[in-house]
Amino acid sequence: MSTTLPDAAPASPGGETPERRFPSAPLFLSGPAALLFAALVLTPLFLTALLSFNQFDYATGRTGGFTLEHYLAVVTDEYYLEIFLRTFRISALATAICVVIGVPEAYILSRMSNPWRSIFLLVILAPLLVSVVVRAFGWSMLLGPEGPVNGALIALGIGRMKLLYSEGTVVVALVHVMLPFMVIPVWTSLQKLDPAVEQAALSFGASRATAIVRVVAPQILPGILSGSLIVFGLSASAFAIPGLLGGRRLKMVATVVYDQYLSDLNWPMGAAVAVILLAANLIIMLTYHRMVEGHYRRRLG
Amino acid sequence: MSFLELKNITKRYGPMTAVGDVSLSVEKGEFVSLLGPSGCGKTTTLQMIAGFVEPSAGTIRLDGRDITRAKANSRGLGIVFQSYALFPHMTVFDNVSFGLEMQRVPKGERKPRVEEALSLVHLAPYAKRYPRELSGGQRQRVALARALVIRPPVLLLDEPLSNLDAKLREAMQFELREIQRKVGTTTVMVTHDQAEAFSISDRVVVMEAGRITQIDQPYRIYEHPETEFISRFVGKTNLLPGKVATATGAGATVSLAGIAVPVETAGLSVGETVTLCIRPEKLHLTAPSGGLLTGRVADRFFLGSQWLYHIDGPLGTLMVVTPNDGSTPAEQGAPVGLEWSPSVVRVHRGAMAEAPDVALEVTG
Ligand SMILES: Nc1ncnc2c1ncn2[C@@H]1O[C@H](COP(=O)(O)OP(=O)(O)O)[C@@H](O)[C@H]1O
Ligand SMILES: [Mg+2]
Repeated sequence: MSTTLPDAAPASPGGETPERRFPSAPLFLSGPAALLFAALVLTPLFLTALLSFNQFDYATGRTGGFTLEHYLAVVTDEYYLEIFLRTFRISALATAICVVIGVPEAYILSRMSNPWRSIFLLVILAPLLVSVVVRAFGWSMLLGPEGPVNGALIALGIGRMKLLYSEGTVVVALVHVMLPFMVIPVWTSLQKLDPAVEQAALSFGASRATAIVRVVAPQILPGILSGSLIVFGLSASAFAIPGLLGGRRLKMVATVVYDQYLSDLNWPMGAAVAVILLAANLIIMLTYHRMVEGHYRRRLG
Repeated sequence: MSFLELKNITKRYGPMTAVGDVSLSVEKGEFVSLLGPSGCGKTTTLQMIAGFVEPSAGTIRLDGRDITRAKANSRGLGIVFQSYALFPHMTVFDNVSFGLEMQRVPKGERKPRVEEALSLVHLAPYAKRYPRELSGGQRQRVALARALVIRPPVLLLDEPLSNLDAKLREAMQFELREIQRKVGTTTVMVTHDQAEAFSISDRVVVMEAGRITQIDQPYRIYEHPETEFISRFVGKTNLLPGKVATATGAGATVSLAGIAVPVETAGLSVGETVTLCIRPEKLHLTAPSGGLLTGRVADRFFLGSQWLYHIDGPLGTLMVVTPNDGSTPAEQGAPVGLEWSPSVVRVHRGAMAEAPDVALEVTG
């Protein structure tokens, strides 16, 4: 307009903010959730930790008292060391593959236009509606000696291969189960991305690949980070998949805990293994988080 | 032949025509604005020049070269996005340097050029900051520096100032123009704000529902709007429906609710339905008996440098703007006279689309 009305600044009421009036409001409001968390998560954890220090005798069972022998046994026994290493190796591999598959998948998804985007999002999420146990059985039928995969291999003249009960199978099945947990956080951070930022990179002469690597990827790093943490944590404590596809020999930590509790009935030992898994998981995830996010904190806020 | 030429550019989304048959020639060094209400296809037009939207029909030529189907990353244009689209994970320096890097400018040469661009927009001390550590106006300048540093043949600005507050917007308008004059880059700006378009453009292109309705210098668009839509969209105006009463060779008189008003438009025929447009600042208040019309002050608004009056009279409510020259303004309810010179009356043939909404015109 050739003439402009002076902008009437909205009079800010000089009243108090809710925080000032009820200084303890945040405490009260988060109280119920905190209580629930304490009751359902911290209590069992605490009991498990206590249990892991109890003495155990095969003849008499759990006897109470205090001992560090289970921890010592786990730390010094090569059998356990191997299982821990295998667990983290398999989890890291599954996480890496989830990043390699899930990030491009999320990117392509975010570039699709409706209705295809909704359809594919549903396809990605649908497996979550099926129990992990059912999916593990699906893999075991697929890869079993008489399964369709071996059938195809025989038909191609390659011959029957032993696919079940190998690390590779466990990794493949874990990737299948965990992929949505990677796609969703990455997709969410892609949603928050201003599409013009990628266009800006293109307008300066960047190729599409350069634009993705230099401009898109760094901005969705927080999404990749949270996806990785979820996938790694869930994989390292996965039970059904290694239990059903790893068989009796290929044990992971969660299956060992199960064995200790239910086969050996050595609850304190099982508890000690579980506590060590939790601690190791925490340390690995926190280190990873620090490494990646510390690098980007100032930039992305 | 002009530097940037759009010829019959059309963009259809399904059955909807977002941009229809747009032709525009921009000379080298010229500052052209696309002005129109939201949704009229300005951004789509700009995106077709930029290469992010492919035209359904028509050709775009830049410096004689057909770039209609060229990829966006091969056009080398400088673009300032409405959201600025800065790279949030890069410092201001790296943001500006990015385009040079993509053009494979040697590292030693990049630094002085980035610094030059940053000092052009007065941001040299902020080179090491990240975008989120800057204010809106500063981000806007980074976006401008980033687009200018690659020395583009054409600079494209999509609503570059719309995210700034009113005061800063006005300051940036003039700065934008000054910078553009200094570097001499051919510029196409998109805006829905006519003050912005008028104050800094060499020519303004008015768009309406995907089509261009007038291309002219800002002053001419304001004084000689070719359609009633433009006279309403651009500035405030009084629209008065009437019928031609008498017509001579050089002029005519139009009867408005029984009052004869002389106009200077030739070629009108007696009995024709017309709409008269008179800008509020072209109306003058006089003593009640002295004017062409009489009325009463229904309302008055103080705008700082001007007074805006709503005058109730035989033709309905008219808007009048007078400069605030320090004299006592007319009181509310006071009888006043109105006069104007016949040369300021614009005549649009045909009836008005709808009754002028006075309240809307004031806030608009
Ligand atoms: N990708 C698209 N798909 C469908 N319609 C679109 C698309 N982009 C823009 N439009 C439509 O084209 C018209 C013009 O849009 P736009 O150029 O953004 O307007 P402006 O920038 O003038 O506000 C609008 O009606 C808008 O809804
Ligand atoms: Mg727009």
